Amino acid sequence: MAQSQGWVKRSFKAFCKGFFVAVPVAVTFLDRVACVARVEGASMQPSLNPGGSQSSDVVLLNHWKVRNFEVQRGDIVSLVSPKNPEQKIIKRVIALEGDIVRTIGHKNRYVKVPRGHIWVEGDHHGHSFDSNSFGPVSLGLLHAHATHILWPPERWQKLESVLPPERLLIQSEEE
Amino acid sequence: MIRGVLGKTFRLVGYTIQYGCIAHCAFEYVGGVVMCSGPSMEPTIKNSDIVFAENLSRHFYGIQRGDIVIAKSPSDPKSNICKRVIGMEGDKILTTSSSDFFKSHSYVPTGHVWLEGDNLQNSTDSRYYGPIPYGLIRGRIFFKIWPLSDFGFLRDSPNGHRFSDD
Repeated sequence: MAQSQGWVKRSFKAFCKGFFVAVPVAVTFLDRVACVARVEGASMQPSLNPGGSQSSDVVLLNHWKVRNFEVQRGDIVSLVSPKNPEQKIIKRVIALEGDIVRTIGHKNRYVKVPRGHIWVEGDHHGHSFDSNSFGPVSLGLLHAHATHILWPPERWQKLESVLPPERLLIQSEEE
Repeated sequence: MIRGVLGKTFRLVGYTIQYGCIAHCAFEYVGGVVMCSGPSMEPTIKNSDIVFAENLSRHFYGIQRGDIVIAKSPSDPKSNICKRVIGMEGDKILTTSSSDFFKSHSYVPTGHVWLEGDNLQNSTDSRYYGPIPYGLIRGRIFFKIWPLSDFGFLRDSPNGHRFSDD
């Protein structure tokens, strides 16, 4: 009787110890280092989700690369939507602070990106809810940098930081 | 001898990672202690006061008008600002001073909040940089722990006239 009770108590203690080690470490890893996410929508076609709703791409999101809010023009990033904080959107960085952008469908023809902000656009112009609708976004909303497509296996690739050349009007001076 | 030192080092690293992760989870999902600097929230929070901030309201979208929040600065994501929520999305905000004759109003856009410091004369807030997205809010300040003379829950805004009448 005492023997079986000792066994239950010991395994409960072991479970608690494992739980309090494994859960915080896993949560911290997924919040700070990397996680995966499924992409929905057509705003980044043809780079992401070229098959539409039949097959959604799964991407690797790298939090560690943006821990200091450093992004380059052409990176594909995920950010908290400025219009709906419960949703994350995935777009390409077109311009950094100080750059001047020639907009498509924005109320101003040319916009200078303010300090601490970036201009993001989906590759599929016209089907994308991006900075052309809500203006420059604050870098504080940046969530992660999408580096690879992981699924489906035939689309396994590294996502390149390519900037369509005609989008940027004037680049800010870089030392 | 070498194996003993190596074993001890691994154990130390293991404990550091474990407690670091627990600390991250606590600060990110529960709350933490914050020291505020600057005069923009006087007299409610003075320079170098230490307060307790909770992050549960942010995750459950329970931030309301009148709450004091910590948010990432819109122009510098590495620094934080501490202000009071004057308007939620859809609210009508008075953008000119109430002493002006010609008042002008604007509406807070969806997904944004309007922040103002309690010390209206000396505060750089939404009157300067506009409404900020809700996603920049980090947590809600509700309790002051230092100085001990001011220990306790934080008071309501001294600027009641800034809240719009519905």
